[in-house]
Amino acid sequence: MAHDTVTPHAADPPATRSAKHGLIARGQAALHTKPLLGPLVVLLLASLFFSVWVGSRFSDPLNISLIVQQVQIIGMVGIAQTLVVLTAGIDLSVGAITVLASVVMGKLAVDSGLPVLPALLLGLVTGGVCGGLNGTLVTRFRIPPFIATLGTLSVFSALTLFYSQSETIRAQDVPSLLSWPGRSIHVLGTEVTYSSLLMVGCFATVAYLLRGTAWGAHLHAVGDNPDGARLSGIRTDRVLLSVYVVAGVICGLAAWFLIGRIGSVSPQAGENLNLQSITAVVIGGTSLFGGRGHVLGTLLGSLIVGVFSSGLALAGVEALWQVFTVGVLVVVAVAADQWIRKVTA
Amino acid sequence: MKAGDTATGVPALEARGLVKRYGHVTALGGADVDLRAGEVLAVIGDNGAGKSTLIKCLSGAEIPDAGQIRLFGEPVRFRSPLDARDHGLETVYQNLAVAPSRDIPANLFLGRERRKPGPLGSVLRLLDKKRMREETQELLTSLGLLTIQNFSQPVETLSGGQRQGVAVARAACFGSRVIIMDEPTAALGVRESQRVLDLIREISGRGVPVILISHDMPHVFDVADRIHIQRLGRRVALVNTCDISMPDAVALMTGALHPAEIDGRSRVEHP
Repeated sequence: MAHDTVTPHAADPPATRSAKHGLIARGQAALHTKPLLGPLVVLLLASLFFSVWVGSRFSDPLNISLIVQQVQIIGMVGIAQTLVVLTAGIDLSVGAITVLASVVMGKLAVDSGLPVLPALLLGLVTGGVCGGLNGTLVTRFRIPPFIATLGTLSVFSALTLFYSQSETIRAQDVPSLLSWPGRSIHVLGTEVTYSSLLMVGCFATVAYLLRGTAWGAHLHAVGDNPDGARLSGIRTDRVLLSVYVVAGVICGLAAWFLIGRIGSVSPQAGENLNLQSITAVVIGGTSLFGGRGHVLGTLLGSLIVGVFSSGLALAGVEALWQVFTVGVLVVVAVAADQWIRKVTA
Repeated sequence: MKAGDTATGVPALEARGLVKRYGHVTALGGADVDLRAGEVLAVIGDNGAGKSTLIKCLSGAEIPDAGQIRLFGEPVRFRSPLDARDHGLETVYQNLAVAPSRDIPANLFLGRERRKPGPLGSVLRLLDKKRMREETQELLTSLGLLTIQNFSQPVETLSGGQRQGVAVARAACFGSRVIIMDEPTAALGVRESQRVLDLIREISGRGVPVILISHDMPHVFDVADRIHIQRLGRRVALVNTCDISMPDAVALMTGALHPAEIDGRSRVEHP
């Protein structure tokens, strides 16, 4: 290795250099096979860091519970986003679907006098129909997901404003079933909302579908190599359509949780959800190039964002630096993904 | 000699007058194919001769505009690759229809995953990963591909030859009747190519006929029983490998020689 000794004072002898190299390569390979490892380490380190810096105000169980409540909507919408991103697509309209579905639930139950349960179910159906529209544009009309959902983002937002007349339904008018997810139970000295538990349940269910069933295997294959998946006999269009519909229904559930979280039904709520969900997915280690990642990474990703926001806020750092930090995290996560994907034999 | 006079009497795969047009371009202008049971048939042809289109039509990836296909005497019309697979016809595509980030069992069973027995499988749709792993091991062992150590590694971390091995193993596993391979050695080194050629012999030795599309004349002459020469969308000759020389085959392929001119030197069957 002649080039190793070109520098006159080479601090590292070749042996340690190659050992260091081997360690990095092994780390890269580990991150490649275990996509959850990176976000998990980041979450633990960040939590540790803020526990030391901010102290017990951060690590207090009530604050932890608050962080979970703050990220649950992003987490739910993030599940939907993960499914789409795994197929190498992107859904810019998930937040708009969520708000539309919440307005449908609220308007039907409060203004139209429909019983609450049908109103709730029709809200979920709205989510599914919106997702189905996205899926149809992508599969039947061959519109790239980015463009198709950029269009439907505006359409759904406009429909939301039209149907709600830009008016908020006040919290005292919202029926109790719609705000039920926001209620909490006391566990181990902290408060856990039903929606937090349901969110964890949704993550577990989708993780099972992705890892344990043929649908999940096909979804990954479609994101990995769409032509190959088609030639392997997978009905790729059907898989894609189902992904967008399922994503829409999950947004419908997120709408229910959103009502529980803020108490009222507002057409202005959740306007940042579209991009925040992508942030959670990316920080969670799911590749924007499709086929690679894990839905539980999105849970970790949204918790990472929550931990940084809460920690920095409690430390008295200005809000603009929270935004700054999340931006840096996204860029670092995508750079890490590019590096990890380079692993080969 | 007619394709029908083999031991079983029925040709494995027979196509007559296949036509496929893309707009104004005629990719296939009435192509015939004859594949006998248990043989390796090489399909050679220059770029644009219609080899790929021919294979797509046979494997269900494209639907021919006209023409007939018979599989073991039974007329078939494949509407999709899945349809062809259901009839026992498997294709190994040139760009390998694998999912690079998935592991080997997941790729072998892609599109026909095994589910757990009982309610776990029928209600919860749970995959039987253990069984798929065991079947993978069995299959790779029987094909002499067990040099792959760790089945749970993603296919993208395998070498080109191993990846090809996985694709071929998948075809061998499920292609109970006919296997088509499109340029299986194109991207491989010398040793890896030999490995794939051995696999082809192994598969045809088990009585499963193979159609091999290749540009590599030595490989073709090494492994094929008969050679189908495709030119300008049609079959111009079908010859026994031992009856033709490599330069003559190339000359037929490029149109430098007419099948009629070659009669004196090699025995060429006029289709």
